[in-house]
Amino acid sequence: MISIKELESLRREIIAGRDTNKPRITVCGGTGCHASGCVDVADAFKSALKSNGSEDSVDLIVTGCHGFCERGPIVLVHPGEIFYQKVTPQDVDEIITETVGKGKLIDRLLYRDPVTNEVKPLESDIPFYKKQMRLVMGNNTSIDPTNLMDYIAVDGYVALEKVLSDMTPEKTVDEIKKSGLRGRGGGGFLTGRKWESTRNAAGDTKYIICNADEGDPGAYMDRSILEGNPHSVLEGMIIGAYAIGANEGYIYVRNEYPLAVANITTAISQAREHGLLGNDILGSGLNFDVKVTRGGGAFVCGESTALMASLEGKPGEPRAKYIHTSEKGLWDKPSNLNNVETLANVPLIMKNGADWYSGIGTGSSKGTKVFSLVGKINNTGLVEVPMGMTLKEIIYDIGGGIPNGKTFKAVQTGGPSGGCIPESMLDLPVDYERLAEAGSMMGSGGMIVMDEDTCMVDMAKYFVDFLQEESCGKCVPCREGLKRMGEVLTDITEGRGRIEHLALIKDLAEMLRDASLCGLGQTAANPVMATLKYFEDEYTAHIRDGKCPAGVCRELIMYSIDSDKCTGCGICLKNCPSSVITGEKKQPHVIDNENCIKCGICYDVCKFDAVIKR
Amino acid sequence: MTVDESKLDSIIDKHDVEEGSLIPILQDIQTEYSYLPKEALEHVSQRLNIPMVQIFGVATFFKAFSLKPKGKNQIHVCMGTACHVRGAKNVLENLERELGIKAGDTTDDGEYTLETVNCVGACALGPVVVNNEKHHGQMTPIKVESLLSTKPV
Repeated sequence: MISIKELESLRREIIAGRDTNKPRITVCGGTGCHASGCVDVADAFKSALKSNGSEDSVDLIVTGCHGFCERGPIVLVHPGEIFYQKVTPQDVDEIITETVGKGKLIDRLLYRDPVTNEVKPLESDIPFYKKQMRLVMGNNTSIDPTNLMDYIAVDGYVALEKVLSDMTPEKTVDEIKKSGLRGRGGGGFLTGRKWESTRNAAGDTKYIICNADEGDPGAYMDRSILEGNPHSVLEGMIIGAYAIGANEGYIYVRNEYPLAVANITTAISQAREHGLLGNDILGSGLNFDVKVTRGGGAFVCGESTALMASLEGKPGEPRAKYIHTSEKGLWDKPSNLNNVETLANVPLIMKNGADWYSGIGTGSSKGTKVFSLVGKINNTGLVEVPMGMTLKEIIYDIGGGIPNGKTFKAVQTGGPSGGCIPESMLDLPVDYERLAEAGSMMGSGGMIVMDEDTCMVDMAKYFVDFLQEESCGKCVPCREGLKRMGEVLTDITEGRGRIEHLALIKDLAEMLRDASLCGLGQTAANPVMATLKYFEDEYTAHIRDGKCPAGVCRELIMYSIDSDKCTGCGICLKNCPSSVITGEKKQPHVIDNENCIKCGICYDVCKFDAVIKR
Repeated sequence: MTVDESKLDSIIDKHDVEEGSLIPILQDIQTEYSYLPKEALEHVSQRLNIPMVQIFGVATFFKAFSLKPKGKNQIHVCMGTACHVRGAKNVLENLERELGIKAGDTTDDGEYTLETVNCVGACALGPVVVNNEKHHGQMTPIKVESLLSTKPV
């Protein structure tokens, strides 16, 4: 156990012992960069530094996600914050000798603006990063998530020190209330008010639970925060525990996120070793400890009562919330559930003050929000922006617009409970209220961009199929309603749609909203209703004309080969899995439509755009 | 199959022997055997004093559990929204054709299990296929075929 004073002096020692001019190579170790091969790059740096004897003179750290996943593996070289992208193990020696050794830039690894072709050597100059405000994600690029000392050195646990030495639990709750922080996981409920009701609930045993069961497909910010900066979440949780009066906490994390599980588990044991968890934390008298529980892989467990049932060893089925979980939650004790990103905001608020925090954002939505900007967009990755930034700025200024000269169609926000927003509404400032007014929602921050090749009926069907599979089956409206809705949408996408189906969809949507037990069913129709609201013409094209304008719905499209463009190279013939393409070498080929399974492989492999889809 | 009870006990004893530990214990058994053998569940039922019906309910509710043995190689195709809009369905279908099985099934020789997953959280690189825990980004129906010759380490 160490005291607050000892922690402060430890921090001073760490900072004093660090030479800010010492060369440092930072390799992004987020999941995106993992998929692009960052482990090999980091290993190559390690052995190269060892073999040339510069292990002691150059620091090498592997960090969490930097956000710009599309350009991974990402390497930063300090001093200078030089940004190298798509680095391979073959580039490693040159980076060490040229950039670290002589301060020279390696042109081919630098970011080049796709529009102006201008080279941007520094991370802060790259448009993807320039307009962001990286409060929660910022430290991801500078700390080794498995090293507590790195977190302490960037003022980690300063907020906890401040809370434990200067503030009562009530004052802590008030500060969070004053900051205007709202839940980042979906509903956007005021965090301070949630804390207050758990604090005021009767009973001595109370729980604080971190919801890291990031279920929205297309969103991965919680994963990246837990992987890249686990102590920030832990610090938020300890402050929360102090505020509401909890002695036990749980982190319920997706089993599909092994690195997040590993890093938060390491962080917890380090925190215990340093008296930041356990009995009498920092000598303040606060007793609090945390357990990590891996989720079983059920989307519905993002819902508070389902999550708590699963923590109790039961199937993750929600219950009606006549009594809130803040009064009777886990094991029938008052329980407070906050999402990862929400908790990561807490230390920032406590350190800098509620007034500072509430100065960022819009009237009712404060602070920043991390979005996963993915789908049909040039700069895919995680972006953190102040609330209130317009969709246009996010998609075009940060995201760099739509690839391959295609046109923007819609952006989907809020996951399976959200909706899509068409081009005419791109000037919408992003905050909780504006998104809801547009028929979508903030959700956990997925922002999936769609272009002209995305079929909106297929998207509606995608979400309904997803939710149908994830419905726990406890209540009839959700279980049966989604099944019927899925059948109707299948009929439409397969050419059996009737115009009356549109009214039936609306009826089913109302029933789902009004009669379902939990949020999953109540919001399940949102993706359908939003596509129907803004893209009804696509539905009617499927029903009346038997056509899928985007060329996605298989039963409504046909592939053929343009004989003027076909060079007879044979690549389509070679790759066709059902052998329905015929033709002599150097002669135009033909597709036998009768037996074509419409897998689209010929369309993908043709280098001459000779395969036509319509 | 016969399960080694002492091995099961060592898995169970890593956790608090109580109801709340059911899911973590089942997860560890799933990792050990790549499925949940019936005999193992019966043993857990006795040790934790939880009726089999509840254990069966949990084992069939969550996607992480399987009552059937899985293949040596486990391929997960991400069907998250970002992967979907970039053509994950075509990637999955080509894998199904190449392996001759549907998603959720295991090949007769026990080499491959093919499954879908709702989102693996590597959305920027979609479509993503996870082959024996290694993520492969920007997959196409053709590119994905090369994963099938990769043997597990």
